[in-house]
Amino acid sequence: MSETDLRTHAEEIHEQFTDQLDIDVDDVEERLDTLVNEYKVPASEARRSVVNTYLDEAGMERDQLGGGGGGNEQVDLADVDAPEEWVDVRATVVELWDPRADAVAQVGLLGDETGTIKFTKWSKSDLPELEEGKSYSLRNVVTDEYQGRFSVKLNRTTTIEELDEEIEVGDDSVEVEGALVDIQSGSGLIKRCPEEECTRVLQNGRCSEHGEVEGEFDLRIKGVLDDGQEVTEVIFDEEATEKLTGITLEEAKEMAMDALDTTVVADEMRADILGRYYRVTGPTFGRYVLADDQERLTGTVDADELLIKARSI
Amino acid sequence: MATTPTREVARRVFAREFNDASYTFKESDDDRAPVYVLLPTGQRANRVFLVGTLTETEDVGEDSEYWQGRVVDPNGDTFFMYAGQYQPDAASMLRELEPPAYVSVVGKPRTYETDEGDVNVSVRPESISQVDEATRDRWVVEAAERTLERIRRFNEADPEDPDIDEYIQMAHEEYGDDVEPYRQSVVGALESMEDAAEASAD
Repeated sequence: MSETDLRTHAEEIHEQFTDQLDIDVDDVEERLDTLVNEYKVPASEARRSVVNTYLDEAGMERDQLGGGGGGNEQVDLADVDAPEEWVDVRATVVELWDPRADAVAQVGLLGDETGTIKFTKWSKSDLPELEEGKSYSLRNVVTDEYQGRFSVKLNRTTTIEELDEEIEVGDDSVEVEGALVDIQSGSGLIKRCPEEECTRVLQNGRCSEHGEVEGEFDLRIKGVLDDGQEVTEVIFDEEATEKLTGITLEEAKEMAMDALDTTVVADEMRADILGRYYRVTGPTFGRYVLADDQERLTGTVDADELLIKARSI
Repeated sequence: MATTPTREVARRVFAREFNDASYTFKESDDDRAPVYVLLPTGQRANRVFLVGTLTETEDVGEDSEYWQGRVVDPNGDTFFMYAGQYQPDAASMLRELEPPAYVSVVGKPRTYETDEGDVNVSVRPESISQVDEATRDRWVVEAAERTLERIRRFNEADPEDPDIDEYIQMAHEEYGDDVEPYRQSVVGALESMEDAAEASAD
């Protein structure tokens, strides 16, 4: 670890204790240097250890510590809009991707309530592994930009702390409203390919990839919402379908067994939901909206304002 | 979107305007190209969504079942729909439903020229569902909103303008400039909702 990196850490730690302790930056750096260069402790662990030493001296708890990783601003991911800024973020690792170069230790997607952003962690930075689905406080990361898209880079001075709380990830969720004007084929009680990672919907007991297989039952609705100006295709998964129709997977299987026909399930669902108005929210996937939440629109609508407008034309 | 043909939006239109939409056209010479009716307020329609009161059903078929349904909008104007063996779901709904009932209908506009040379406009239903009054009311307000929007665009467009919307231009040519009856059907439909609201408040 280079001198300058240690110095940066030391300055940041010094900053954090400036109100409580009369400590010297050189002293901090020396402690770090011993841990990192003599005992070969990773920088983030060394920093943690040194900070703990000072916390003890000051009689403080860790959460009393202000200033984050050295006076950086803690930013929401959606607010990252300039390159080369040093910031702190609190985020969940949404996805890890396969690094395409040896220089990259980990690459993937971070998310917080406001959105998601790509992150890169360099191999030479010698940082602990991030795990998918876990939430972290990442202090001292640098923003970057490539062709108008922003990312954050973890570096030698970055500290990684796993959080007890889970940071919820907001997505590019949309809200659509309209009449459900169609329920497409492949809706109702369906069978999926049981092969690992496949989950294709079977056609006449066949998977287009794995041939004839013993399918697994699932519920799904592919519907079309239409507001008179735009059409939106919406997919309801098992949970959403149950909420929409009140029919559980078990009930659907029984219905199909009684009728010796799986299509009765979709027919029954059609009768209950087609031609009614709904509001659906969820992330988009290609041309589809994946229903996270839905509501049947049954409330009264106000005609007064429209009537005034119609009379005035 | 380039790979999948876009699904046609279901237009919201009151029966008076729908029944006047007798001019049909295609956008290409392909036999299977969709047929559009031209709404007099200047928009093409290949699909409609309507909600109203089913007042009468009748099997008018000679050799096989051919069901006629009459669905009335708040102005008392009637949508006619016909479903036969090629629309089995809709036909069985018309067979089974007991009028009067609120129904929502998704369907394609169809025109038919009578022996007298009149053009009748009807709906070939894709689906018919029995619905509640709240759904009907929501549709009335929605149809009023969409119709007013079409009227506004129609009125703002200048027929002399070379960049005029082609369907507004077409409507001027096929039906003329008078869209006042359709504004009246919007006012009438909304007033009927007000009356109903007052009546239930009393």
